[in-house]
Amino acid sequence: MALSEAMTLNLLLLTLGGFGAGAAGAVLAARCPHVSRLAGHACALIGAVGALALGAAGLAGGTLDVMIPALLPIGGLSLGMDRLSAFFVLVIAVAAIPSTAYAITYTRAYEGKSSLAGMGLGFNAFLAGMVLVVLARNVLTFLVMWEAMSLASYFLVMTEAEHRDTQHAGWIYLVMTHAGFACLLVGFLIMAHGTDTMNLSEWHAASATLSGPMRHAVFVLLALGFGAKAGVVPLHVWLPKAHPAAPSHVSAMMSGVMIKLGVYGLIRIGFDWLGVGASWWGGAILVVAAVSAVLGVLYALVESDLKCLLAYSSVENIGIILLGVGAGMLFQSYHLDTLASLALVASLYHTVNHAMFKPLLFMGAGAVVHATGTRNIEEMGGLIKRMPQTAAYFLVGSVAIAALPPFNGFISEWLMFQSLLLSFQISATGTNLLFALSIAALALTSGLAAACFVKAFGITFLALPRSERAEQAREAPWMMRGAMGLSAVACLALGVAPVGIVRLLNTTVADLTGAQADVHFNWNVIVANDAFAVVSPLWIAVALVSLCALVVTALRIIGANAAWRAYETWGCGRALQTSRFEYTATAFANPFKRVFGLLYRPVKELDIQFHPESRMFVETIAYRNETRSIFEDALYGPMSKLIQRGAQRARIVQSGNVHLYLLYIFMALVVLLALAG
Amino acid sequence: MLTQILIEVIQLLIVGLGAPLLVGLVRRVKARLQGRRGAGLLQPYADLHKLLAQEAVVSETTSWICRFTPYLLAATMLLSALLVPLLTTQTPLGFLGNIIVLMYLFLLGTFFLTLAGLDAGSAFGGMGSSREMAVAALAEPTVMIAIFAIALRAGNTGLDEIIRRGAADSLLLLTPGHLLAFMAFFIVALAETGRLPVDNPATHLELTMIHEAMVLEYSGRYLMLIEWAAGMKLLIFLALLSNLFFPWGVALAITPFALAVAFVALAMKIGALAVGIAVLETAVAKLRLFRLPALLSGSFALALLAVISFLFVK
Repeated sequence: MALSEAMTLNLLLLTLGGFGAGAAGAVLAARCPHVSRLAGHACALIGAVGALALGAAGLAGGTLDVMIPALLPIGGLSLGMDRLSAFFVLVIAVAAIPSTAYAITYTRAYEGKSSLAGMGLGFNAFLAGMVLVVLARNVLTFLVMWEAMSLASYFLVMTEAEHRDTQHAGWIYLVMTHAGFACLLVGFLIMAHGTDTMNLSEWHAASATLSGPMRHAVFVLLALGFGAKAGVVPLHVWLPKAHPAAPSHVSAMMSGVMIKLGVYGLIRIGFDWLGVGASWWGGAILVVAAVSAVLGVLYALVESDLKCLLAYSSVENIGIILLGVGAGMLFQSYHLDTLASLALVASLYHTVNHAMFKPLLFMGAGAVVHATGTRNIEEMGGLIKRMPQTAAYFLVGSVAIAALPPFNGFISEWLMFQSLLLSFQISATGTNLLFALSIAALALTSGLAAACFVKAFGITFLALPRSERAEQAREAPWMMRGAMGLSAVACLALGVAPVGIVRLLNTTVADLTGAQADVHFNWNVIVANDAFAVVSPLWIAVALVSLCALVVTALRIIGANAAWRAYETWGCGRALQTSRFEYTATAFANPFKRVFGLLYRPVKELDIQFHPESRMFVETIAYRNETRSIFEDALYGPMSKLIQRGAQRARIVQSGNVHLYLLYIFMALVVLLALAG
Repeated sequence: MLTQILIEVIQLLIVGLGAPLLVGLVRRVKARLQGRRGAGLLQPYADLHKLLAQEAVVSETTSWICRFTPYLLAATMLLSALLVPLLTTQTPLGFLGNIIVLMYLFLLGTFFLTLAGLDAGSAFGGMGSSREMAVAALAEPTVMIAIFAIALRAGNTGLDEIIRRGAADSLLLLTPGHLLAFMAFFIVALAETGRLPVDNPATHLELTMIHEAMVLEYSGRYLMLIEWAAGMKLLIFLALLSNLFFPWGVALAITPFALAVAFVALAMKIGALAVGIAVLETAVAKLRLFRLPALLSGSFALALLAVISFLFVK
């Protein structure tokens, strides 16, 4: 199908027009929060739908070539679209559509509390920035849009700036995102200097001229910059702080999409800009990915702040996605291009899946937090009776993210396992072992993720409510439920009908690796690598449903007693059941805390105050069981101390005198001129 | 077409009807080894029948999750029964998924069962759920590495194909990697099916509070489905162990005689493994919960060694 460039251009205009109108509407109606909220998010929804169409057009082969020299210096604003860009536009759109629809009602809670004009402006700028990052075709456009996206999200994180936690989270986010930006800037400059072009689409061909050490330097710098945005361990520290602090629809977009742009960047450097790299690049990414996946889910598992748990689980999912990227790069360096494509297909499939279920879970969390007034799941419980629909949608998200059939997470993880298992085609024992360990890491991750979401769903929604607010919780408004329902249906659809997606992704990655993955389809059956592995998610779903029906009917036919009686839970003869008998999130995670004690280094404090007369009577018990972050203690703490000490030293040159600063500028100019001459 | 349907029906019947017999066999042998007379082989059928006739008592704290889970659990096990090659390497529904799909189906069952354990709001259920999930999660890496070892050898992850390649390779049993993978998978099977030394299926008292504590709230037909599903899971794991690692007798072509031979061979292999489990359960004591990671990491090491040995042999 030939798509005219005029059509994609119109879709781009619709997208940006929607976001622009949203931003303008939100600001113009600033005096009337109600209108500002509606205008800001309804227009954003139009923009998101435009982005969906734009991405679909791009995947169907549509191209884009926009060049406006007047808008930016050094090369102007340059936009273009290949299949990879189109795919990421699509990822942004599938997360943005439900999230913005959700935001229309959800932001009502912020009326009178925060500036809705600011929120509308920030949200639209954030969305537009993300779309433009993936469409950027020269260095300056990329960096400006990257920074716009980061700053817009920073302001959104600071929505509830009156809380100390939020200020802290915002500060760490700002520092980390700019440290990453600095790496990107230097990397881009080296690259532009070495290849003698600022045009990103020419880098692939020009990178051959780059000397060896320069290529490695560019790779390391860009990988650090993009890795910080993706939130890989140990650059993840900002993520579990910033994502929960933002309003839930923003958390959904940050966790669901923004961190994926780090993945976008890594795919660009690994497969496009730098060409086929050294094998240690892929190996390094594979190791970082495996560590991120396992540590991400381990931290999520012991978290009892619902949104924080979801944020840590994003670290885990980025790890899973990057396993595919790293494996793909390794395969490519061993000239196994079809396997590289398979790994990338798995990786991109998981990217779009995560962009569906993570926003769904954040929206569910937002509804629950809104209804109970707390993010602490210890104070929830029993919500399945009070918020049945939200519970059902959250359950879908949980099953999907735990990678269980028949939902979408399963199929991408299945593909990932196949591509890793096929690594035995490489004949280098060290690399084989690396792959074996990453298979083990992925397996452990998926087991722990299941445990984590049993906890997240079970403790939040099941059993008896553990606080008064949870007892009085009410179901979310229809618009929010509709948005969650839409995501839930999408999760199921992508889980049972993966054939079309895999086909699309296969053409997308073939542009990068030069070969299609060896995947065949036989109706709804996926056959990978010459019948190495076969799966049919649709038939699994059909079989599960019909076997359930079969069991029900069979029991009826053989005359099982169909009567049931509701009675109180058995409790060894105690008089009444209260929520204090329940297992809590801390208790649920305790076996894991003990098994992985080395990582968590739990601090346990038990302080019992006895009655002065007799030790038989206890007056108060204070119990604390916290985990400490190794990364903050061992890496960031010393680093920030070092920076502070350095800053103290550097104060000597800071006199505050304007003349002195002018002298500095003059001296810098002279030095530069001398160097240039 | 008719033969294919027939084969699948036979598979369902073997797993569905054979499960209680297998449970009875293990109990009987165990009782004899422990110097007790023990109940008859058919006792589990009578137990299940009794449960079917009883009215179910459901905790009033629970939600639909609690009532839905037993049906889903039984369905996942029956679906696994359709996938696993029991008699022939031409399982008609083999295209539904490979060995990894099978493991995820088990995980799906465990996921909902642990949710159901939390549903009633009792400490027993919560404790059982938390521990069951811990064991399942920690067993997962071993499962996948053992699968990697098998796939390395067979060059395939399809269950049928693995058995076919194994049957063609007569010196298979002598390779160290094969035995190591078998041992790793055996330990994992014990953990996944809740046998000693990981869990004790005979009691729900303090020391063993895993599976039985989790399903404490169930009664009537719900309990019947869960007990039945647990039996089916044991049978499927033993069938996997027998056919993947000892592919003797599995029918490579579908003829009535070959199928009959395959049935007898399967029964004998599973019977031998069942006796092995009974001996093991008599000989070893239950491990403390927090000693389990050592056992599971031991099995992980075995699986990794299997992979390494296959890599070097290659």
